[in-house]
This record gives sequence, C-alpha cells and structure tokens, in this order.
Amino acid sequence: MYFLFPKKLVSRFAQEPPLAWSQLSHQKVRLIVGLAGISFANILIFMQVGFRAAMFDGVSRIQEHLQGDLFLVNKTGQFLGNKTFSKAQLYRANAIAGIASVDPLYYSRSSWVNPKTKELADVNIIAFNPARSVMDLPEIQGQLSTIVQQDTVLFDSKSLASLGPVSELFNTGESINTAVSGRKMWVGGLYSLGSSLFKQGHIVMSDTNYLRVVGQAGADEVHLGIITLEPGTNPDAVIQGLQRLLPQDIKVLNRQEFIALEQGYWAKQPPGIIFNFGTVMGFIVGIVIVYQVLYTDVNDHLPEYATLKAIGYADLQLLGIIFQEALILGVLGFLPGFACSVGMYGLLGNLTRVAIVMRFDVALQVFILTLLMCLISAALAVRKLQSADPADVF
Amino acid sequence: MSQMPVITAKKLNHTFGKGTLRKPVLSDIDLEIYPGEIVILTGPSGSGKTTLLSLMGGLRSVQEGSLKVLDQELCEASKKQLVQVRSRIGYIFQAHNLLECLTAQQNVGMSLRLHKDLSLVERINRSVAILHAVGLGHRINYYPDDLSGGQKQRVAIARALVSQPKMVLADEPTAALDSKSGRDVVEIMQQLAKEQGCTILLVTHDNRILDVADRIIHMEDGRLATNAA
Repeated sequence: MYFLFPKKLVSRFAQEPPLAWSQLSHQKVRLIVGLAGISFANILIFMQVGFRAAMFDGVSRIQEHLQGDLFLVNKTGQFLGNKTFSKAQLYRANAIAGIASVDPLYYSRSSWVNPKTKELADVNIIAFNPARSVMDLPEIQGQLSTIVQQDTVLFDSKSLASLGPVSELFNTGESINTAVSGRKMWVGGLYSLGSSLFKQGHIVMSDTNYLRVVGQAGADEVHLGIITLEPGTNPDAVIQGLQRLLPQDIKVLNRQEFIALEQGYWAKQPPGIIFNFGTVMGFIVGIVIVYQVLYTDVNDHLPEYATLKAIGYADLQLLGIIFQEALILGVLGFLPGFACSVGMYGLLGNLTRVAIVMRFDVALQVFILTLLMCLISAALAVRKLQSADPADVF
Repeated sequence: MSQMPVITAKKLNHTFGKGTLRKPVLSDIDLEIYPGEIVILTGPSGSGKTTLLSLMGGLRSVQEGSLKVLDQELCEASKKQLVQVRSRIGYIFQAHNLLECLTAQQNVGMSLRLHKDLSLVERINRSVAILHAVGLGHRINYYPDDLSGGQKQRVAIARALVSQPKMVLADEPTAALDSKSGRDVVEIMQQLAKEQGCTILLVTHDNRILDVADRIIHMEDGRLATNAA
C-alpha cells in the first residue's frame, strides 16, 4: 500500500484535499445518490454491451473450433447453414496442388424433442465424417467412436434449458432417447461448446447418421468445405487456383474472413441494433444524472464560486474544479457499477446458460464511456458557472 | 501625504441600463486613498457605494473615466489583469461566503492557494496564525456550520488578510452581527491592518464603528458629498 499511497501524499490530501473532493464529500447523501445514479447507468451499459458481446462471442464459436486453413461456402450464403453447394465440388477441389484434404461439414437446423417434457425445440446439427476430426474440441475427438454408432449423437452440455435436462439425465446413467427431425436418436455422450441467443443448442453426429436424418438428396448438398493445406503452402496461390477451378457460386474464405462473415451477419440483426440502442440510452441516462448532480452543486454554491472569483480565482481554475468533480464521480461510480455488473453477468449466465463473461476490453470500453459521460455533463454544467458574477457578491 | 495613493479615481462615471432606462450610478468621482488609511464610505442605499467598491475591486468593468488601483489602470483592463488585481486585494463581504465544505483553516487557505510560491506547510502555518490573531485559535478545524455569525465573519476577515494584501475592501462587514461581535470584528480589522500596513476601504451604515476611520467619505446620488478629515 505504501507504494500506492505514499505517506506524504496521504497527509497532503488530508490537510488540503482538492476542492472538488471537499465539495462532493461534504454532502454525503447527494454524493451517494450521484454515485448510485452513475452505477445504475454503468450497469445499464454493461448489460447491453455484455449481451452484445455474448451474442457475438457465441455466433462464431463453431467457426473458431473448426480445424482447417481455407473454407468453401456458397457465395450467397450469409451465415453457416444458410446455403449449400454440391458435394461433388469438394472432390474437384481436392485436385489442387498444396491441398492436403477437403472435408465436408453439414450444419443444419432441425427439430429436437425434449426428452423430459416431450416438447419440440430447435437444435443445430453439426455433422462430419468421424474418420476425420474437423473440430478441435478434445471431448469430441475422444468420442468419435461413439458417433460412428447408428443414430447416436453427442449433446452440447451448454445448450439452453429448452432442450431438456439432457446432461443431468446422462450423468445419472439414464439412456436418453429423443427425436431429431422425427427420427429416433440416442445421446451417446456430452461435450461442451456453448449456445448463443440465436442458437439454442448443438448436437454432433456422423455424416452417415446425418444422411439417415435428411435423406440422400440432403447429404449431397454440403454447407461447408474445410480445406487443410500441406505445410508450407502459400494460401493465396491455392485460393487463386480454387477460384479458377470452382464454379462462380462457391466462395473461398480464409479463417478470418470466415469468422467475420458470420459475425457480420448477426451484428446486422435487430437484437444487435437494439443492444446498441440500449447502450446509448444508458449513456444518456448517465449524462443526465451526472449533470443533475453537478448542476445542483454549482447552483447551491454559486455565491461561494463568485467569492472565489472575487478573491482572484480565474474562470479556468473554477472550470477545473467542476471537471474534477465529474471525473471523481465517474471513477467512484464506476467501481460499484462494475462490481454489480460482474454479479449480474454471473446471475444471468446461470439463468440463461448463455455465458456472459466480463471481458477486460469491454470493462475498459465502459470505463472510458463513463468518463466521457461525466465530461459531457461537466461541459453542460459549467455554463451555469459563467453566471457566477463576482460583482453580485458585494 | 507624500506617498503614492493606492487608489486614484479621476472623473469616474458609471451607468446601469440602456437607452431610456439608462441610469447614472456614479458621476464624476474624484478620489485618492493612501497606503495605511482606513476609509469609511457611508451614504443611503442606492447612493452607489457598493458599485464604487466593486469597481475598485476589479469585479466590474470600468466604463468611463480613470481608476487606478495598486498601479493598475482598470479602465479597459483585460480580464486577466482584473483577475490579477483581485488576487492582490482582500475582500470581506456582507455575507461571509465561506465554503461550507471546508474547515475554517482550509477556507482561509483558499486565498493562499493562489500563491504558488508558498508550500503547503507555510500556507497551513500562516492560516493557523491568522486564525489565532482573529481569536479563533480554538476553532481551526470547525466547519462554517458549527461557527456563530461573528466567528464566520472573523474567518472571512482572516481569509481576506492572510495573504497580506495592500488593500482590503469590506462591504457592510458588521451588518449581520450584533453590536458586540460587530465591534470585535472591526477592531480586529483595524489592528491587523495597522500591523500589516494595509489600506482599508469600508462601506457601512453602522454608526457604531465610524470612530475607527481615518477618513469618512459620504456619498449621495452617485457623488462624493463630504470629505471630512
């Protein structure tokens, strides 16, 4: 603590605290109300930013866990599973020099029967050839032999509650049968991926089982081609080769582009816009609250500020006091707001099973927003200070 | 007196309002005030005393004529020059105008904070010393709310005098006080001013304190009436 608060500085602060701090701390109730207001605005902003972050983190989770260097998608597809292309094109792609392997991935939305309530829910199927592990999750790689069995799937234990208490049932040793697209299936194992506000849950199955669910015609159309390059191959050359070889409707993406495509699509959906709007609302609420605190402070102490002007304080020095007050309010208000938000994230994460993590960059963003909010309020409130006329005090 | 005056006013005019509402407040003020003098400015309300005081204190811009305070011409002075002059003058107001959030000592220290060459310890020592001088040695760490009216006004005097200004301007410093505390306050001002050799210009209605003055100036309708020695 000594290094953080050298004795000299502490005693100096005690002897002659900055005027801004004296003004604020003298009226404890007003200070607490002000801080509560800022914390509230902070929580509002944190919730919106957190939801948005959770959504964006969630939407590209599958993309991030796929192994591979290049990805083939339908040119008009806006997100994974949106459009398909012919599986035959993958065999053609395999012919290009530098490509080690090309693997198909199926990703489609289907119906799911909640094994407990027998109610229908949505589930997303991830299907691939179990002989080739395309996902880097160890839990999936360790259970590839399970999904080879007929009509057996792996269930994401982080799926939303609407899919049923599958992992709890599975862990008690019960055999869980359900129906995917009307076909009877069993849960052969669990893995952990994570759902988002858009995706209620995921199951992993083999391409053979997928064929059983959708039929031969469905299995001929793939959603994604995963290309693994031979070590030391220049990806740009391969991309050019693929573009020349493949029909116009197939697009080649590298990993970043592949992830960006998915995130870009979901960001443009109404919920993303709503959360942005909510953030702006929180910001405005914060400005109004801080402005109120500062304005009443200036207004109540107008004769005192006028006196300070009269005894030789320059306008700039007094402006400095108001801005200092704003910054103190911002910093002090942020701390409880941050702490509450961490708690709320945990609570919401438990309630919805959508993991919301307090990320450093988000916290920093909100902190900067808070300071900005306080400075804007101060800039509005100092206009009142101009009306403190030293000639009025005589 | 042989010394250079601290305040020299020549043909000072001041008006409030515009157009047909234009109303002269001060007309043709010629006045010289010398170092170490205690001058009392009296007159009925509306006679322009306070306006004259606020002009001399650099709190209002001079409109017409010449007003020289502490060697600084205030007519057409820049805002920065006005702030400069203000910092060299001690003010005592009718309302004490102490900062509620600061202790007596910190309030006094506020006017010393403007002097960047003073260290914190020096500033504290000087404010404590002056509070002892005004008889508030036992109230140094009290907040204004816990002080009586007379004590608050004494803190205000300490604040005005702590930076040892060449000149103190006081506007009805005894108006809100009972006769005993009013008398005390004026005597403290007089004594400290004599010690520091500073000039005091005092506006008052209070007849009980006229005897401390070296000179009494009477104002009526914006003009200096009597100039009794």
